[in-house]
Amino acid sequence: MKTAIKLAYRNLIGAGLRTWLNVIVLSFSFVVIIWMKGILVGWDRQAKSDMISWEIGDGQYWHKTYDPFDQFTLQDAHAPIPPAFKAGIKNGDMLPVLISQGTIYPEGRMQSVLIKGIDPGQDILNLPTQKLDTTPDIIPAIIGTTMARTSRLKVGDHVTLRWRDANGTFDATEICITNIFKTNVPTVDVSQVWIPLETMQSMLLMPDEATLFTIRDSETTQPASENYKFMPVKTLVADLESMIKTKSVGQSIFYVVLLLLALLAIFDTQVLSIFRRQKEIGTYVALGYTQKQVVWLFTIEGAMHAILAAVVGAIYGIPFLIWQAKTGWALPVETSDYGFAIAETLYPVYSVGLVISTMLIVMLATAIVSYWPSRRIAKMNPTEALRGKLQ
Amino acid sequence: MDHSIIQIEKLTKSFPMGKSKFTALYGIDLSFGEGEFAGFIGPSGSGKTTLLNIIGSLDVPTTGNVLVLGNSVGELTAKQAARLRKESLGFIFQSYNLLAVHTVFENVEFPLLLLKYSTSERRNMVMDALAWVGLTDKVKSKPPQLSGGECQRVAIARAMVKRPSLVLADEPTANLDAANSHNILQTMVKLNRDLKTTFLFATHDEKVIGYLRRKVYLLDGKIDKDEVLSN
Ligand SMILES: Nc1ncnc2c1ncn2[C@@H]1O[C@H](COP(=O)(O)OP(=O)(O)OP(=O)(O)O)[C@@H](O)[C@H]1O
Ligand SMILES: [Mg+2]
Repeated sequence: MKTAIKLAYRNLIGAGLRTWLNVIVLSFSFVVIIWMKGILVGWDRQAKSDMISWEIGDGQYWHKTYDPFDQFTLQDAHAPIPPAFKAGIKNGDMLPVLISQGTIYPEGRMQSVLIKGIDPGQDILNLPTQKLDTTPDIIPAIIGTTMARTSRLKVGDHVTLRWRDANGTFDATEICITNIFKTNVPTVDVSQVWIPLETMQSMLLMPDEATLFTIRDSETTQPASENYKFMPVKTLVADLESMIKTKSVGQSIFYVVLLLLALLAIFDTQVLSIFRRQKEIGTYVALGYTQKQVVWLFTIEGAMHAILAAVVGAIYGIPFLIWQAKTGWALPVETSDYGFAIAETLYPVYSVGLVISTMLIVMLATAIVSYWPSRRIAKMNPTEALRGKLQ
Repeated sequence: MDHSIIQIEKLTKSFPMGKSKFTALYGIDLSFGEGEFAGFIGPSGSGKTTLLNIIGSLDVPTTGNVLVLGNSVGELTAKQAARLRKESLGFIFQSYNLLAVHTVFENVEFPLLLLKYSTSERRNMVMDALAWVGLTDKVKSKPPQLSGGECQRVAIARAMVKRPSLVLADEPTANLDAANSHNILQTMVKLNRDLKTTFLFATHDEKVIGYLRRKVYLLDGKIDKDEVLSN
């Protein structure tokens, strides 16, 4: 084995340019796979941590009929705040939010929105709710940048808001945009208007009612209630996770193609060398190798491309990957239209497992394409190989 | 017969040729003793290479028996045949068959890598073998940088380095000029004398024939004449 590795190494290096071309192409696969997977891991982490800090905290209690994807049940998805929750709300560990449908009329146009009532003094979420504390004479509202763009509202703008109260009666009033916040989480931004909770409760004739509660720490606060069911973080990010998984499938097609190209080059090299090096193969046999050992020799030689590629890939890949992790990768598209949490710049995160599994996969694949054509050697007639007459 | 290292009995060898077959060797009976310096002589196509390959366990008899150093060539497994070649046989080819990307030293070292020698043992043996052929100053060269004569001397060193009992040389001088041919033949004569290695040639080169002490003439796959020179 040691001899075979030594020989294979000499043969491979001796082959010169061709080897290095294969190695460079293969090293691209290494770096690109690690980079792309790292981007996904980084995105997954960023999206989850953004969701946690902007929307879901350490879990939420949802009103039993609340379904964020169903506008019709939203009308009924509210109930009086359960007494068991009062203490948590008082010391700031639980954050009630009331949600209802509404319509705004910016510049005479009509746009339907979700009105969300939130406590201006909360500090569980990153939302700049303190800005809801500023204007006493008119209802203050904060919106995200995407909402601001679609409605063309600016800070200080007044706009008419219309809603239906608990009795089904329509009512309308002016609100004033006091802040426009920037977030990566579209579910707190797109088509949403945040106003003070108490104001909203009185507007809707739903005193002391809420749709959901965001909690600060699931370890400490877990009171039970029949109207509300607890949604742990894991459940709340499940959609995001499955979406990222879908993305990763699409993404892997890209690097599978890249890897296949590299493997094809190695396969081609193997087929060619087995054809061109018949005399050499015959010589190995004459000098005392069995043909099976020669198969191994050629397999090791081909598989060694992957090892050299790992080394070459490391030379330019490690600086590149570190640089990417530091400066991030700016997405080339307008991210807020994605409809899910994605930052404009993604910071790839690489794990040891990712690097090792990538290496193993690439090495295994290289070994297989090296072995496949080499099997022919075992069937060669050594005397014909020595004469170099095989087709 | 006591010291015979090769015994060939009723050997025939035929190759499939489309639907029929082509017989390259007919009813060969021969034996060679230790330390012989012998050759198969004959025109092109007479079966010299075929016979040498069977003796070298690179090919098998169609019928008959070939015993090489106590091994019946037709009955060896691939592993046993490889072991016989690795331990006891040396090959010299018309076109040298050196490994082009390896240095002279590495080429000569190769057969030793398959046997269990330590690095220092290998080094000494390689340097000895290169001394026999007068190439100690070219250890770091690679075959493409050497002349044909030098290449064949490296090939001889490679065949001899493990001190095999039997060396098989197929047209070793075919690509060499007269001076180089004589040079390598004299080297082989000397090794035959000093190390008692048996040499078997396949050739139609008069220069080679002049050095042989036993000449086995082949014609159309049959033994035509078997001349042994008495010293
Ligand atoms: N693998 C093979 N298949 C078919 N025929 C073969 C094969 N090997 C050799 N032969 C035939 O057997 C005969 C003897 O071939 P061999 O190579 O032994 O001749 P040779 O005496 O070495 O000739 P040369 O001096 O040209 O090397 C030739 O007619 C050759 O065509
Ligand atoms: Mg021949």
